Amino acid sequence: MMPWTSHLMIAPIILPLLVGALMVLAGERRRMLVTGLAIASTTALVVIAILLLLRASGTEETATQVYRLGNWPAQFGIVLVLDRLSALMLVLTALLGLCALTFALARWHKAGAHFHPLFQFQLMGLNGAFLTGDLFNLFVFFEVMLAASYGLVLHGSGTARVRAGLHYIAINLAASLLFLVGVSMLYGLVGTLNMADLASRIPALPAQDRGLVEAGAAILGIAFLIKAGMWPMGFWLPTTYAAASAPAAAILSILSKVGVYALLRIWLLFFGEGAGDSAGFGGTWLVVGGLLTIAFGSIAVLATQNMARLAGAAVLVSSGTLLAAIGVGQVGVTAGALFYLASSVPGIAALFLLIELAERGRDVGADVLAVTREAFGEAEEEDMEDEEIGVAIPAAKAVLGMSFFACALLLAGLPPLSGFLAKFAMLAPLLPSEGEAGLLRWTLSAALLLSGLATIIAMTRAGIDAFWVTPEGNLPRIGLMEFAPVLLLLALSLAMTVGAGPVLQYMQVTADALHAPTAYLRGVMGAMP
Amino acid sequence: MELVVALGIGVLTGSGMWLLLRPRTFQVIMGLSLLSYAVNLFIFSTGGLRTGLAPVLEPGAVGSLANHADPLPQALVLTAIVISFATTALFLVVLIASRGLTGTDHVDGRERER
Repeated sequence: MMPWTSHLMIAPIILPLLVGALMVLAGERRRMLVTGLAIASTTALVVIAILLLLRASGTEETATQVYRLGNWPAQFGIVLVLDRLSALMLVLTALLGLCALTFALARWHKAGAHFHPLFQFQLMGLNGAFLTGDLFNLFVFFEVMLAASYGLVLHGSGTARVRAGLHYIAINLAASLLFLVGVSMLYGLVGTLNMADLASRIPALPAQDRGLVEAGAAILGIAFLIKAGMWPMGFWLPTTYAAASAPAAAILSILSKVGVYALLRIWLLFFGEGAGDSAGFGGTWLVVGGLLTIAFGSIAVLATQNMARLAGAAVLVSSGTLLAAIGVGQVGVTAGALFYLASSVPGIAALFLLIELAERGRDVGADVLAVTREAFGEAEEEDMEDEEIGVAIPAAKAVLGMSFFACALLLAGLPPLSGFLAKFAMLAPLLPSEGEAGLLRWTLSAALLLSGLATIIAMTRAGIDAFWVTPEGNLPRIGLMEFAPVLLLLALSLAMTVGAGPVLQYMQVTADALHAPTAYLRGVMGAMP
Repeated sequence: MELVVALGIGVLTGSGMWLLLRPRTFQVIMGLSLLSYAVNLFIFSTGGLRTGLAPVLEPGAVGSLANHADPLPQALVLTAIVISFATTALFLVVLIASRGLTGTDHVDGRERER
């Protein structure tokens, strides 16, 4: 008999699934019930994720934990695997989910139908993708996550959203087909879909199959890179993210990192140091692709006039940085990249939320919201009364401006916030480089610094335009409910700055385990008879 | 048989890809459907193309892939069919919404200026 606590691992998937289903059954009319369920479920997810993180950060023996669904042996059944990386991603998702939900509760969740169930299914897909140890199951959770995100992108409706959503859906459907092709090629050649089993069988493959396995893995990689938004496959990203409503965009900012996560996990498992002839396959492509993405993202950041598109371009820059840093394939750089991931995701999410608040003063988003609310025929008067209860922060614009400033520092990688530490952690092991890859490393170091410069220039300009102008119309009315998530996300980065030592230590151990996945393999294969 | 299946997959992929790159939303959705058929056939073929094999196991036979068809690709195809069916339906809804909101069936939501 397993102790009940071992079932905690599946809770991040089961809980949002059940709660989401309950919400659909409860219907749109019982808003109090649905809202209560959403808050309870999302808060519980944060608690569960932190518990799982504590469990995964224990000793080396407990670092990789395997949950066998239906108690089938790992090679027949599907396994969920919890290690430090997945625990980290779970915590990030849960915190981001809580912040986006709180923000949405102020007004956005009334802008269209079924916001809450979609949000829960989104969290379920994300958590599942981070926990699964099976390639096909990863595909299924990707689809769950994407299907929910299609709904969230379109939340609030309007021509811009539908237009962007159409591209987003078409591209992701095509990417899913590539995912399937890659997975089935790997299965056809290696004969298993369990990631750990695949990793242990790939080094022993005959030479004539090696090319096909690499081709299959490359096709799979393309599917992940489309999701991560690598140049030239990321043109859909800024448009879609800018068109999505603020809470949806905030949760989407981790969606693009799922591609990065999958790549990190699978690339290091399949083509890590122990992969024989295929070791390091495609690493240079990742670095070059990442560099091009950084370049494209930086130019987009500088060129854009629209704040929401600026945030979308910032997503591209952070994706590019991560891909290039991962592609270097060095433990220290990967640790820095993980720190960067944990610091940039809340930063970008906070930026998306902030932009919506700032734009509201200019009566752009508010107009759309008013129209959609009329279209849905919600009780207008009651909603207005509800909003009056929220505390109107005096000098709201000043606080907004300060937060925007903090976001800019965070994304550009300037001290004192964690963005600087993240870039420093990546640059420090990158710089003392000799030998063949030297040029690529110098280019990457330069790109990291220059992208920071581009970000700070663009965000300064946008900040001046938005906050240093004479107020034209009404000052934005911002409830505490809407401001708290932004502050929480920024406080998260502040906490990472203060506690940089232990956090970096955790990332270092995570990167070690990723580069030498013996514990992961032993953990999963140990679940086999 | 390999040739026929390979040609089938190739033709479906080619036509699907061409349609996917066309400017009308209806062509795009037809392209995606054709591509998903091609991918389903491809998944199916990864289990090995053999005829007349027992679906799972015959009584007394040894449980090896030489004696029965590989059931896993079939399960994968089934899952892929269900998922692509659902996402295509969802795409269809967005497509109609786009047609209603923008008044055109161009994928960019506006006609190209001539």
